[in-house]
Amino acid sequence: MTDAAVYTQDPDSHEEHHGPEHGFKRWLFTTNHKDIGTLYLFFSFIMMFVAGAMALLVRVELFEPGKVLLNPEYFNQMTTMHGLIMVFGVIMPAMAGLANWLIPLMIGAPDMALPRLNNWSFWLLPFAFAMLISTLFMSGPAPDFGWTFYAPLSTTYGPKSTDFFIFSIHLMGASSILAALNIVVTIFNMRAPSMAWMKLPLFVWSWLVTAFLLLAVMPVLAGCVTMMLMDRHFHTSFFNAAGGGDPLLFQHVFWFFGHPEVYILILPGFGVISAIIPTFARKPLFGYRFMVYATAVIAILGFVVWMHHMFTTGAPIAAQLYFMYATMLIAVPTGIKVFNWVATIFKGSLTFETPMLFALGFLVMFTLGGFSGLMVALVPSDYQYRDSYFVVAHFHYVLVSGSLFTIIAGVYYWLPKWTGQMYNERLGQLHFWLTTIGMNVTFLPMHFLGLAGMPRRIPDYALQFTDFNQICTVGAFIFGFSQLIFLYIILKASFGKRTYQVSNQVWEGATGLEWTLPSPVPYHTFETAPVVP
Amino acid sequence: MKPIPKSHKRLTLLLVCGVIFMFCFCYMLVPLYQWVCKQEGINGKSANSAGSAAPGMQIDYSRTIKITFTTTLHHDLKFKFLPLQQHIDIHPGERKLIYFLAENQSGKEITVQAVPSITPADAARFLKKTECFCFTQQYFLKNEKADMPVYFFIDPAVSRDIKEVTLSYTLFDVGEFIKKQKHFTQGRIDL
Ligand SMILES: [Cu+2]
Repeated sequence: MTDAAVYTQDPDSHEEHHGPEHGFKRWLFTTNHKDIGTLYLFFSFIMMFVAGAMALLVRVELFEPGKVLLNPEYFNQMTTMHGLIMVFGVIMPAMAGLANWLIPLMIGAPDMALPRLNNWSFWLLPFAFAMLISTLFMSGPAPDFGWTFYAPLSTTYGPKSTDFFIFSIHLMGASSILAALNIVVTIFNMRAPSMAWMKLPLFVWSWLVTAFLLLAVMPVLAGCVTMMLMDRHFHTSFFNAAGGGDPLLFQHVFWFFGHPEVYILILPGFGVISAIIPTFARKPLFGYRFMVYATAVIAILGFVVWMHHMFTTGAPIAAQLYFMYATMLIAVPTGIKVFNWVATIFKGSLTFETPMLFALGFLVMFTLGGFSGLMVALVPSDYQYRDSYFVVAHFHYVLVSGSLFTIIAGVYYWLPKWTGQMYNERLGQLHFWLTTIGMNVTFLPMHFLGLAGMPRRIPDYALQFTDFNQICTVGAFIFGFSQLIFLYIILKASFGKRTYQVSNQVWEGATGLEWTLPSPVPYHTFETAPVVP
Repeated sequence: MKPIPKSHKRLTLLLVCGVIFMFCFCYMLVPLYQWVCKQEGINGKSANSAGSAAPGMQIDYSRTIKITFTTTLHHDLKFKFLPLQQHIDIHPGERKLIYFLAENQSGKEITVQAVPSITPADAARFLKKTECFCFTQQYFLKNEKADMPVYFFIDPAVSRDIKEVTLSYTLFDVGEFIKKQKHFTQGRIDL
C-alpha cells in the first residue's frame, strides 16, 4: 500500500478543514492534539531551563564548604523547587506532550477523544506553575521542605507559601488526571478498526498503563495535600501527634503515591525506547508480548512496595523483609525489558543517529541507576545509604539518563515528522556527547560522596568532600549549558527555512502508522481510519 | 465540533468514578493505618490504651528484660519531664509501677498529652499498661508539679530474643486540641 493510499484527505467532507486559527488565539483555544502536544513540549522545555537554573545555583553553593552564594534557607527553597518543577513541570508534561502528539497518529485516530478537555488539561499547567514559582517572590520563604514535603515540615513548620504550593499541586493533579482520562478513552475507543490490542505500538501500551497509574495515584496525592491543608487551617490533626494524628502517616500516604509516580515518570520512556531501538537496529522489537506484560507487571508491583522509602522509620522486621523482597522482584520485569532491548540490538544492522545514541545512553545508564536502586532496596545497606548523596545519585541516574534521555531521544526521533525538517545531525551528536559526559561527571561522583557519608539536602559539608563536589559542579555546568544546543536545534528545525523535503518514512527502519503520513504532518490526519498492515 | 459519542461518555464516567474512589481511598488509609498499628502495637497506637493480662499469667523468672525510659519535650514546651528511674530490670509477667516527674514551667496553666513509643517494634505489642498518664490529656495548674504513674508488665509471650525494650514519651502541648473531659489526675502524686 502506498503512503498516499493510507492518508486520504477529502477537502469537502468536513467543516474543520480550514486549518488553524492565527495568532495566540490558535494556542489558547486549540483542541488539536498536535497543537496541544506542541504546547506541552514547549512548556516542559521552558520549565527545564527554570528548574535547571535552580540546580545550577545549588551546585554553585556546593562548590566549596561554607557559604558560597546562597544562605541555607534559600538553598532549601532551591532544592525543593528544583525537584518539584523537574518532576511535575518537566518530565510529566513532556511525556504528556509526546502522548498527545503521537497516540492519535499511532492508533490511526483523527484526534484525542475529548479535545476540549485536552485543551483544559494543558492550560491548567501554566497557572499551576505560575502560582508555585510566584512563592519565590513573596515576602517570607518559598516552600523549603524538599519535594517530598514531609509533615510536620510542611504542616506545623511550613512557611505561609505552603498554601500556594498545595493549590498548585491540586491544579497539576487535576491536569494530569484529565490528561490520563483522555488518553485512556482515546486508546480504548478511537483505535482504527484494524488496530488490534496486540498490534498497538509499545509507546501506546506503556502510556495506557501510565494513564491508569495516574488515575489511581494522583487522587491520592490530592488527598494527601488536602489533609495537609486541613491540618494547617481547619484544626484537624491527620499528621499532628498532639491532636492524636501521626506524622508517619504522611509518609505512608505520600509514598503510596510516590512509588507509582516513579513509574509514571519512566514507563512512557520505555515506550519511546521500544520504538527507537527497532528502527535503528532495523529489526522488529524482540519479545513484544513480554514487553507488554512486563509493563503491566511493573505497574501492579509499583503499588505494593512503597515502604521501601521508609525502612528507617522503625517498621517491624517482617514489613521490612516483605518490602525489600517485593521491591527486588520489580527487577525481574524491568530486566525482561532491558534484555529484550539488548536482544533487539543483537545482530541488527545498526546506525547511530542521535535518537539511537540517546536510546543507547539510556540503556546503559538507566540500568546503572537500576542497580543502585537494588542497592538501596536492600534493608541493611539502605540503613547506610539513607538520606545520603548515594540516593541523589541513584534517582538522577534513573530520572536524567532515564526519563529525560528517553524524552530527548523521542524528540529527535519524531522531530522530522513533526516539522518536516531534518535536525542538524552533527549538532545532535555533539549535544548527545556533551550531555552524556556532563551527566556522568555530575552524578557519578555523587555515588562515592554518598558512600563516604555526605548527607543530602545540606548547603554545607565536611572538608573531605570538597574535591568530588567541585567535579560535580563542573559537570553540572557542562550538562546544563549543553542543553542550549538542544534549544538551538529544536528552534532551527521548527522555525528555520526548510532546505529539503523529508520523506514520509524519515528513518529507513521506521515502522508504524505515523510514518505513513507526510512530513510535516498535516493539521488534520486520519479522518478516515487507516488500514493497519 | 462533533458531539461526543456515547461510548466516550460512558468510559469517562467510569474513570471519573475510579478517580473519586481513589480520593476516598486516600482518606480510608487513615483508619487502616491506625488499625494496622494497633494490631502490631507499633507507633504507640496500642501503648496509649489499657491492655489486659491473660488469665493465669505466670511470672517467667528465667528471663530478665531491661526497660529503659526516655522522655522528649515537643518543640519549645516549657516543662520538666523525667523518669524517676532511668531503667529497670523486669521479668516477663511481673507488674511494675514507675513514676515520671512532671513540672509545669510554662508560667501558665496548660494541658499536655504524652505520646508513647516502644522500640524495638517487635516487642511493642507485648509491653502492656494497665494504667498510664498517657491514656488521657493531663491538666496542669501554673507551676504544678506531680509524679505521674505508669503501671505495666511485659507479656510472657514476648520473643526470647528481646533483651531490652525502650519506652519513650514525647510530651505535647495540646492547648489547641483540648478534649471535653474532667481534668484527669488519677494516680498522680502531687508534689
Ligand atoms: Cu519507591
